[in-house]
Amino acid sequence: MIGVVDTGGANLTSLFAAFERLGARAEMVDSAAGLARSSRVVLPGVGAAGEAMRRLQRAGLANLIAGLRVPVLGICLGMQLLFEQSAEDDSHGLSVLPGRVDALVARGPVTVPHMGWSRLKRRRASPLMKGIDTSEYFYFVHSFVAEDSDLTVASVTHGRSFSAVVQRDNFFGTQFHPERSGRAGSRLLENFLAI
Amino acid sequence: MPAVRIIPCLDVRDGLVVKGVRFTAHREVGDILDLALRYRDGGADELVFYDISASPEGRSVDTTWIYRVARELDIPFCVAGGITSVAAAESVLNAGADKISINTPALSRPELISELARRFGSQCVVVGIDSCERDGDYCVYRDTGTDQTRRESGRLTLEWLAEVQSRGAGEVVLNCMQSDGTRSGYDLRQLSEARRICHVPLIASGGAGRWEDFAAVFSIARVDGALAASVFHEQTLTIAELKGQLVASSLEVRI
Repeated sequence: MIGVVDTGGANLTSLFAAFERLGARAEMVDSAAGLARSSRVVLPGVGAAGEAMRRLQRAGLANLIAGLRVPVLGICLGMQLLFEQSAEDDSHGLSVLPGRVDALVARGPVTVPHMGWSRLKRRRASPLMKGIDTSEYFYFVHSFVAEDSDLTVASVTHGRSFSAVVQRDNFFGTQFHPERSGRAGSRLLENFLAI
Repeated sequence: MPAVRIIPCLDVRDGLVVKGVRFTAHREVGDILDLALRYRDGGADELVFYDISASPEGRSVDTTWIYRVARELDIPFCVAGGITSVAAAESVLNAGADKISINTPALSRPELISELARRFGSQCVVVGIDSCERDGDYCVYRDTGTDQTRRESGRLTLEWLAEVQSRGAGEVVLNCMQSDGTRSGYDLRQLSEARRICHVPLIASGGAGRWEDFAAVFSIARVDGALAASVFHEQTLTIAELKGQLVASSLEVRI
C-alpha cells in the first residue's frame, strides 16, 4: 500500500487517480500506524510549508518520516519539506536532506509562481528517471525552490537553475507534479513504484 | 522560461460541454470527459472549464463532473464560474481541479482573492479580467455572462491588474472583449501593456483565429499562455498544427 501523508492541502484527487491508473492502491495516512503499514510513502504537494510541518508534528509523524527505510517521494511542497529549513513561513523542515528552500524572485520576464511546462537538465542517474528522455516536459507550479546540490538528479531553469529532482538513498523528491505531467509524469510514478 | 501554453476553454452547463466541438449541425453538445481527453491527446497544455450554469443564478459549481475529469486527466485544469466563496473554491479543488478562476466575485469583494490565496496558495488562484477600451482607457467589465447583465465595474484594467497581484492572484487571464469572438487576433497592444506590470503568469484571451495570432501574442505581447475556444472547437486549427507552426517560429513549445 502507498501511504499518502496528510499534509493538510486540498486536491489529492489527481494524485490518487494517477496511482489508480497505474493499478496501485494508495491510501491517506495520518498516523504512525498508517505509516508503518505503507510499503511506499508519498508526501504530497499542495499547501504551505508552516502549516504542513505543524500538522506532521501534531500527528507525531515528522520524526517517523525522517527515519523511514521504504521509498519516500516528496512532490512539490512535499519535496521542499525534506530539507532543513524553508523561507516559506520561516519554518523548519524534516531535515532528511541538507540545505534550505528559498523564495523565487520575479524579475523581468521571470514570473512567480513558476507555472507551466519546463524541460529538465539531467545531472546524475536515478532509478526515478529511468526511461525518461531529456526532451520531456514536466508541469511545475511553485514559488519556492531548493538550490542545486550534490543531491540534485535533474535541475530546471526559471530565471536561475534549481533542483527539479532530488534523491538521497530512499528519499526522492520532485519539484514538479508528476501526477499532472502527462505520460512522462506517469512513467516517473511507475519508476517510483518499481523501486 | 516554461514552454508557451496552449489552453482550450470549454463552456460547461449542467455537466455537458456546450459550444464544444461541433457534432451535428444543430447541437453543439458533448461529454466533458470525451472532449477533455481529446484535447489532452491533441497536445493541449492545460484546460479551462467555464461553468456557465453556475454564475448567473448565484448557484455554486456542481463538482461531480470535476471529479470525473480529475480522475482521468493527467494535465492541469482550471474551473471558472460560480465560485464566490472559500467554501465553494474548496469543494472545486477537493474534487480535483488544479486551479480556480474568479472574475465578478473578485470585483464584488476583492478580499476574496486574499482569502483564497491564504487558504490554498496563490498557485491555484486565477483572476479573470474582462476588459474593454473606452475613451482611451482600458476598463474592467463585470457580469459579462450575458448581454443583459454586462456592465462597467468602475475599475481601470491596469489598476485592477496591479491590485489582484498584490492580493495574491497567482495567474491572470486577460480577456480583451473587443477582440473576443472576432477571430482577428489577440489585442496585442492591450496585452503588451498588461505584460509590463504583470509579474505572475499572464494568459491572453479573445480573438484567436489563425496560428499567426498565437505566434504574435507569444512573441510580441510575451504572454505565458493563450486561451482559445471556437478556433479549436470548430477544428479550424488543430493544436498539433498550431504547435508545429509555433516550433517553426522558434517558440518553445511542449510537443
